[in-house]
Amino acid sequence: MVQYKSTRLDASFAALADATRRGVLEQLGRADASITDLAGKFRMTLTGMKKHVGVLEQAGLVTTKKIGRVRTCRLGPRRLEEETAWLERHRRRWDARFDELDKVVEELTRKEKSDERKNRK
Amino acid sequence: MNARIASEPGPAKNRTTVERTSDREVVVTRTVNGPARLLFEAFTRAELFRRWWAPRSMGMTLLSCELDARVGGRYRLVFDAVPEPVAFFGTYVEVKPYSRLAWTNEEGGEGGPVTTVTFEEKGGKTLVVVHESHPSKEALDAAGTGAAEAMRETFDQLDELLVALGESSGQ
Repeated sequence: MVQYKSTRLDASFAALADATRRGVLEQLGRADASITDLAGKFRMTLTGMKKHVGVLEQAGLVTTKKIGRVRTCRLGPRRLEEETAWLERHRRRWDARFDELDKVVEELTRKEKSDERKNRK
Repeated sequence: MNARIASEPGPAKNRTTVERTSDREVVVTRTVNGPARLLFEAFTRAELFRRWWAPRSMGMTLLSCELDARVGGRYRLVFDAVPEPVAFFGTYVEVKPYSRLAWTNEEGGEGGPVTTVTFEEKGGKTLVVVHESHPSKEALDAAGTGAAEAMRETFDQLDELLVALGESSGQ
């Protein structure tokens, strides 16, 4: 899951690093569009646009659906991204807390052991 | 929905897992090296609790911490914040020494989330399970997104970029 998640986020960052792909996301934010539409708007070949859409699709930012002979693109399952980010934030907070808690409990354990030794003497 | 996230397993470090078990609930688990009795103390004695509850990486400084860990007893934590300090407070609703604790979170008004913590000791280690039950899905979604801690997260950069893209496209 962790592997999957970080790969996914890496893919998202990579996908967003390109100006054309950001433009495609903006465009799809306004309305769904076919790859042909997008290629026309961005003055690209169909093949070039297919590649960009493929990258966005892999990152989960865009989904495509073929209806008849036309492949329509729309914004992807951002809900999942948001959820992953939420969980990660929550986990980090607790992870940091528990790291500190470990130290406190370790110290208490050491203290008890040394007290026991003293009492035995 | 049953999304789950776990930290990388390390040789020295125990794993923290976070799981949204329902729309309104989140469960955090971690195994700590030590008996349940000491864990319970670390959760209920203010001078111990304040040493770990607000780690520096959270970007929040705990100004004061008062815990009266008895059923019906109150707690109050005050964090340094701009423009003024922020208080988190509530009431202990369950206190079973060494095994179970539950408190309300009332800073947001009545009907806030309830936090339940259980300690299960096994072979000198203790499994700590923190269960947060929120009144609604929206309340849980909004939890844990304080500006101070949110800003430092790498993932937020992605979120922000996506939001900015959404806005610029008039969504």
